[in-house]
Amino acid sequence: MNTIPKISAKNLNFFYGNHQALFENNLDIGANRITAVIGPSGCGKSTHLRTYNRIFELYREQRCEGEILLDGVNILDKSVDVLELRRKVGMIFQKPTPFPMSVFDNVAYPLRLHFKKTRSEIEDDVERALRGASLWDEVKDKLSASGLALSGGQQQRLCIARAIAAEPEVLLMDEPTSAIDPVATLKIEELLLELKERFTIVIVTHNMQQAARVSDDTAFFYKGKIVEFSDTRTLFSNPKSKKTEEYITGRFG
Amino acid sequence: MNPPKATDSFFKTFCLACACLIGLLMLSFFVQLFVNSSEAWREFGLGFLFSSEWDPVAGKFGAFPSIAGTLLTTAIALAVALPLAFVSALYLTDAPPAIGRVLSQAIDLLAAIPSVIYGMWGLFVLAPLMQNHVQPFLTETLNLQAVPVLGGLLVGEHGFNGFGFFTAGLILALMILPYVCAIMRDVFKMTPAVLRESAYGIGCTKWECAKDVVMKYGIRGLLGGVFVGLGRALGETMAVLFVIGNIMDVPAALFDSGTTIAATLANNFAEADGLQRSALFALGLVLLVMAFGIQVFAQYYLHLTSSKRGERS
Repeated sequence: MNTIPKISAKNLNFFYGNHQALFENNLDIGANRITAVIGPSGCGKSTHLRTYNRIFELYREQRCEGEILLDGVNILDKSVDVLELRRKVGMIFQKPTPFPMSVFDNVAYPLRLHFKKTRSEIEDDVERALRGASLWDEVKDKLSASGLALSGGQQQRLCIARAIAAEPEVLLMDEPTSAIDPVATLKIEELLLELKERFTIVIVTHNMQQAARVSDDTAFFYKGKIVEFSDTRTLFSNPKSKKTEEYITGRFG
Repeated sequence: MNPPKATDSFFKTFCLACACLIGLLMLSFFVQLFVNSSEAWREFGLGFLFSSEWDPVAGKFGAFPSIAGTLLTTAIALAVALPLAFVSALYLTDAPPAIGRVLSQAIDLLAAIPSVIYGMWGLFVLAPLMQNHVQPFLTETLNLQAVPVLGGLLVGEHGFNGFGFFTAGLILALMILPYVCAIMRDVFKMTPAVLRESAYGIGCTKWECAKDVVMKYGIRGLLGGVFVGLGRALGETMAVLFVIGNIMDVPAALFDSGTTIAATLANNFAEADGLQRSALFALGLVLLVMAFGIQVFAQYYLHLTSSKRGERS
């Protein structure tokens, strides 16, 4: 990678109580690229992702050491405004998590939270976010219906719309399609390719075909360590590490 | 297939009978109260509900002071208890395990205190406190009585002696607080972690996450807690009896003495006969209908709003 990284993790160690889950992770995430994080269950890929917006801090026993630079600023530093950080770094979860409110309010919620906007500005922004998440045509007639009434794939795109409404710079996706049927998954993958024009995307996935299809770069995690990191084509066609090769050819995982 | 055993069909009939008993009991309460109060309804008609007279010598009875007192004390109790219960429950859900466990148990223990103890505490601690400190502070330090309208709504023409609606409402609030708090705590704990994470994930503060996401998610359970508190406050007798003042007056001011339906019943049944006894039964029926009506309304309201929240009804 020849550009300045958007996010740069340096010597990242992570602990659940006394149990160490990440060991000296170093990773550079390129701006406006999709970086896939792959590896077997329990290898720390989700844990790594959850440090980028400090969401792990909700849990008292979880602790992180090292540095994460977002545009050169160490976001693990206590002086960083965590609310503003989370506006800038949106997150999509494994299971769709629409809030218990209408489709419209789900997307309007972060707008009201972070920006002072008039009603018509909010309406415009909600439409733009829903279009951005390729959901507008499906929900434009039922904006006042509950977000929970949508199908699983629509719910997940609603969550993406909600995330991009906050005008973030980075989108973190923690296995965003693992609870969703294959057709809806393809839709979301197509969406990701559109979204990377505007956002930097980091996606954790256990689906290697998905990583190969959508990502520009891929990091392979194993037992809390980053075994290999390179552009996706190289990693899948010509892995340097024996462990990576074994994993991507399906010999364990 | 073997034919069902005789014991099995007996058990089934037994269960059915027990289930029917509950419905029967409910019905018989209504019937008994209605039959016993029929004399009063014949005498006063529906005007009984709106009359404020209570004169056993002249044989005139009206329910309005008791009904209004019940509604006022219940409203005060809810206004004080609900916000307190809500924030305590929020804290308990997120508290460090050691503190959370101790406080949780304390709250469960508070719920086990008999209401007569609350009443005694109200009589010997809260009422003097209100009389010696709260009232002088409001009237002398703040001089609220001089404020038009508001002053009159706080302290009535009878002055203030520590007893009355406000003190009774406070006691009720303390009494229902542990119930409501325990229910709310359990509701908050049921919110999926990932839903809370996604609220924090878009930059919510704790308070925003609580009021916009956790509360909306658990609204059904929270309202359940509110109605448990409401039901208890409505019918509570002993705790109120000690501090309400027991005067058959329509509430004119917050610190006035007065009565509630339950207090009127407990005070008057012993020496009542004839029309007065019938009037007391009528009051009992009113209380039962109020409590029942609130339950029915709660169910209906939850049903009405369930589609908005996207639950399957």
